[in-house]
Amino acid sequence: MNRINKKFAELKEQGRSALVGFISAGDPDFDLSYEIIDAMCRAGLDVLELGVPFSDPTADGPVIQRSSQRALASGINMEKCMAMVGKLRIEHELPIILFSYYNPIFKYGVERFCNDAKIAGADGTLIVDLPPEEGAELKGKFTDDFSVIRLIAPNTSLNRVQSIASDGSGFLYVISKTGVTGSGGLDTEAVAKHVAQIKTITDLPLCVGFGISTAEQARAVAGCAEGVVIGSAFERLIEDNVGKSDLPEIMYSYVSEIRAALG
Amino acid sequence: MKAITNYAEPDSGGHFGQFGGRYVGETLMPAILEVEEAYRRFVAGADEEFMDKFHYLLRHYVGRETPLFHAQRLTEYVGGAQIYLKREDLTHSGAHKINNTIGQCLLAKYMGKKKVIAETGAGQHGVATATTAALMGLECKVFMGAEDTRRQAPNVQRMKLLGAEVVPVNSGAATLKDAMNEALRYWAGAVEDTFYVIGTVAGPHPYPAMVRDFQKVIGDEAKRQIFEMCDRLPDALVACVGGGSNAMGLFYSFIGEPVDMIGVEAAGEGISTGRHAAPLCHGSVGVLHGCKSYLLQDEWGQVSEAHSISAGLDYPGVGPEHSLLKDLKRVEYRSITDTEALNAFKTLSRLEGIIPALESSHALAEGMKEAARRDKDQIVLVNLSGRGDKDLAHAISALGGLE
Repeated sequence: MNRINKKFAELKEQGRSALVGFISAGDPDFDLSYEIIDAMCRAGLDVLELGVPFSDPTADGPVIQRSSQRALASGINMEKCMAMVGKLRIEHELPIILFSYYNPIFKYGVERFCNDAKIAGADGTLIVDLPPEEGAELKGKFTDDFSVIRLIAPNTSLNRVQSIASDGSGFLYVISKTGVTGSGGLDTEAVAKHVAQIKTITDLPLCVGFGISTAEQARAVAGCAEGVVIGSAFERLIEDNVGKSDLPEIMYSYVSEIRAALG
Repeated sequence: MKAITNYAEPDSGGHFGQFGGRYVGETLMPAILEVEEAYRRFVAGADEEFMDKFHYLLRHYVGRETPLFHAQRLTEYVGGAQIYLKREDLTHSGAHKINNTIGQCLLAKYMGKKKVIAETGAGQHGVATATTAALMGLECKVFMGAEDTRRQAPNVQRMKLLGAEVVPVNSGAATLKDAMNEALRYWAGAVEDTFYVIGTVAGPHPYPAMVRDFQKVIGDEAKRQIFEMCDRLPDALVACVGGGSNAMGLFYSFIGEPVDMIGVEAAGEGISTGRHAAPLCHGSVGVLHGCKSYLLQDEWGQVSEAHSISAGLDYPGVGPEHSLLKDLKRVEYRSITDTEALNAFKTLSRLEGIIPALESSHALAEGMKEAARRDKDQIVLVNLSGRGDKDLAHAISALGGLE
């Protein structure tokens, strides 16, 4: 059983939801980024979505745009992201998912990406701008043991959810609202209704993201889904505290707080 | 460059060979599928009422057909093939862009959308969208790189007067690429009631095919006109390529004909300086703004900044159909520097009394070179895609003033 399935099976037994964290690799630089992510893992992150920064992140709001820019300015690239996964894997057993846009993966080589990611210790990928319609891009290049996490948006039709779910593996990322990452406002009632609908169609674990930044919101969403994804809130905290020597500790406390809220 | 007689791109998924497709986030997929359905029904399916309205507006509002003009003094000056200019600069609002905005805004109305958004570089597509939105009573928001709002100040004023909101975009190099990023982001949060009017033959399917279909009127007319005037096909077509909508509009009707076709990219400060906007000539295959195409990027797939004196060509990507036509060797792509374009800008103004847009000046500069290499009994047809009023201040200062 791969790490993702194992993790969700464990959490089901413990009766608690996963804390899934998105963080741009290399923000603000490689070494500090490693320390930050290491601290977050130690604080109890359940699944890591490691962002491979892209110059034109069209699905992301200003916070993740700026974090991508900081990371790219510090010289991050796909090779260094793979090295980051390898370094984290020495210390941590949590599932690691490489989260990116398609172009950096396409340019690196789709087959090579899958191979190198697995060797480094990654368990799957989420490619924001590669819908099932272009799934042929990955055919025969990704191996079955490398999970492809798919997205479901509030405006995705139920027919489409069916085809997306049958195409995905690991878990499904349920987008809580239309728009880009990091925008405020979260309607937990609407989310719960949407999640319940999707659950009639698939058995894959559902992780809800977009607009979650507080322990209270995380707890509310955890009531209906197998996981809660936080991204922009982490990046905002990095941005606000960049230059402070205790940045990893700040991230550690924030993750601990959210994690505690999930039981 | 041989005629392709069985050309039928794209496929049902919007692929032009290996190019094109739909590379967008899931939030945008339902919106794009909705646009595609309307496109299939009304445009590709040639719904009679829709197409009648479209052509009525092109004739009575845009002022089509636009003239095909034999530029005799320019021909004499160059001393080669006869140069003909397709006068898209004479359309209402001053560039070919309005052919497409009439089509897309009409489609938005048919789909029941009340609001439209657009990205713009030179401001011509923004002005065309704002113009059409005013005509059709649609609410309009235009995303424009902050750098471009300075380069193209008159067009910002025009859009505002027409009732559009201009949103300056400060991310990246604050030019066309960034304006498109921001328009896509905005659309993801407003898909319910908003139609995105993309200005060129790029973006996710169905946009590249749809924009081409609205622009092909340029080539359809030019073909009829050159037969009326000369009773023959031209020997070569020349058009500038940023995203490539005016070029696709001109070329499409001629793909199956024995006519040479030349697309002209911006060489900016010179290809060797690295500061250019020529992905077809010097880029590699990648994915940006929803489609696979040639792209300016680094070895890690990070998109590079483009550079051109012409804001409308200042884009690191290009339409997927151009990428295919390059690989099929049906169209030859070349590049023209800022300086060459400025010279053409001045030359046409002095010799023919026509002030061309800086974008079109690239096509003109290459058209003059091509004509010089050909005999007097040959015909080179250049697409004069827009007028140059918007560029006056910028171009004159780049020329170091006028004597």
